[in-house]
Amino acid sequence: MSANAVTPLERPADRLRRRKAVNRGMELVAWLAAAVAVGFLGILVFSVAQHGASELNLSLLTKSQVGYDPTVPQGLANAFAGTIVIVALATAMALPFGILIAIYVNEFAPRPIRTGVSLVLDILSGVPAIVIGFFVFGLIVVAHGQSGLAGAFALAILMLPFVARSTIEVLALVPDSLREAGLGLGSPRWRTTLGIVLPQTVGGILTGATLAVARVAGETAPLLLLSSIVGNGTSWNPLHALQTVPVAIFELSESPYPQDHARAWSGALVLILFILFASLGARWLATRNRRKLGRAGG
Amino acid sequence: VSTLETASDVARRPFSGRRARFGDLILQGTAGFAALGATVLVGLIVYKIVEGARLSLSTFGLSFLTHVVWDPVHLKFGAEAFLFGTAVTSIGALVLATPLALAVALFLSELSPNWLRGPVTALVETLAAIPSVVIGLWGIIVLAPFLLGHIDPALHSALGFIPLFGQATYASNVFAAIVVLTIMILPIIASISRELFLGVPHELKEGALALGATRWEMVRGVVLPYARGGVAAAMILGFGRAIGEAIAVQQVIGGFTGTSISWNLFSPGETLGSKLAANYQGASSGLELSSLIYLALILLVFSLLVNIVAQVVVRRSARKQGISAR
Repeated sequence: MSANAVTPLERPADRLRRRKAVNRGMELVAWLAAAVAVGFLGILVFSVAQHGASELNLSLLTKSQVGYDPTVPQGLANAFAGTIVIVALATAMALPFGILIAIYVNEFAPRPIRTGVSLVLDILSGVPAIVIGFFVFGLIVVAHGQSGLAGAFALAILMLPFVARSTIEVLALVPDSLREAGLGLGSPRWRTTLGIVLPQTVGGILTGATLAVARVAGETAPLLLLSSIVGNGTSWNPLHALQTVPVAIFELSESPYPQDHARAWSGALVLILFILFASLGARWLATRNRRKLGRAGG
Repeated sequence: VSTLETASDVARRPFSGRRARFGDLILQGTAGFAALGATVLVGLIVYKIVEGARLSLSTFGLSFLTHVVWDPVHLKFGAEAFLFGTAVTSIGALVLATPLALAVALFLSELSPNWLRGPVTALVETLAAIPSVVIGLWGIIVLAPFLLGHIDPALHSALGFIPLFGQATYASNVFAAIVVLTIMILPIIASISRELFLGVPHELKEGALALGATRWEMVRGVVLPYARGGVAAAMILGFGRAIGEAIAVQQVIGGFTGTSISWNLFSPGETLGSKLAANYQGASSGLELSSLIYLALILLVFSLLVNIVAQVVVRRSARKQGISAR
């Protein structure tokens, strides 16, 4: 607090004025910083919307990529199909696995194991996506070649800590009185867990799953390694490499041709719109669910 | 938990004791198996990466870390340029993002009028949700040319006596990567710090204000010291994110092909992550692939270290002040 000591040359009124000026300056800085952060987002979304809108038409969804050929109308149909297949598969892998982990952590595990598992989840969520990509590359691709399945597996690993942690959070919100009521009525532990506790958390699990899907739908790094060398045309078969929206954006963004950039922007626009709607949906689900759980808790 | 165990009085169950216990055993078994699976998965990731890097590890050993050249033709590989690029971009992004993020967090927790708080919080969180490839696309087409045209020359003419701010020749350069990473870690640090600031007890803040402190003095004397440990952890998490980012950096950083490292922020460079992303279409030899996986191993070790340090910082500050920073 030496900065606040009164120097002999300074009258108290001056000091107060200076302190207030510093205060006002700092408040201004905070306002500006918030404006900068919001501004970045604004400029980003504006750029994507402005550049992406020009190519945002039906042929984007119905036509596939055929390499560089400005005479042929092209779209990103193959990329959308691949993203849908891969993200759906990843969700199907990560969701049950994550929910089971959460059930174990919250309903069964003794305290030290609980801490251990949440540490594992922390570590897993801290591993860079590109490292996960190289892991799955060594595990699957070296022996079996690229495939949508390998990509889905990598995305599932990225989703897993997310799903597990959000499920643990909602399970912890379920009041113990519900568990006690179930057990008190004579239903065994497993029925209480699956029949009484888990249904309370469906909303919360859906929220977590939606956010996880929004997060991995734009994930590029592992898919570059695992599912990027593709032919022309749309494929839904996850046993082959599938084009995806983020990989398409990545490749098109490095192309020298403006037509390719335009399609990269429109792919980005669709991706961002999807993520925005998914996040909004998740937020809405979360508030609705909290209200419901609040009522159940009395 | 103890009440649950006393409540499971076997004699009162409509299910026979054995059936009930069997069901419990199955659920506990499957769930426990899943938890074990996650642990095994982490071990398997480490094992597979180490195994993939083994050829390069045995060829180059630790000298891999201090060699600059990446030469697939003569099979000479070293990571120093990428380590340097990773350090410069991550530290640069942390330096730019931290004050900005703290100011945003202070704005949201202390200053903002109520009607603005919700929307700005949501926007900052949305910024965190934008995929790196989209930020990279924007970076390569909009941001990098803008920086080359306006910001880079201005910084060079003002601060050119520092070797970091040399002549800008390419739009794709290290500084563009720093700005892109700043945008990516800003929302992480801001949203964690905001929660920490909101967790500072009202009595302390009101006490400071009642003693005649201005709002800034209250923040400097009460809020920041109280949240210091958590803010450090948030910075570490943001740093970890910056280290591991591959795609967006690869799109804007240009790539490293030379034989000597440049301190100039306005020259192209390469990070561990961007090198890995750039070489996605494969390697020309087994040794090059193994060396790429060696880079992945370095990233993995960094991410584990970052995690451990963050945990330690959080634990220590939680013990000291009784806040739960998570």
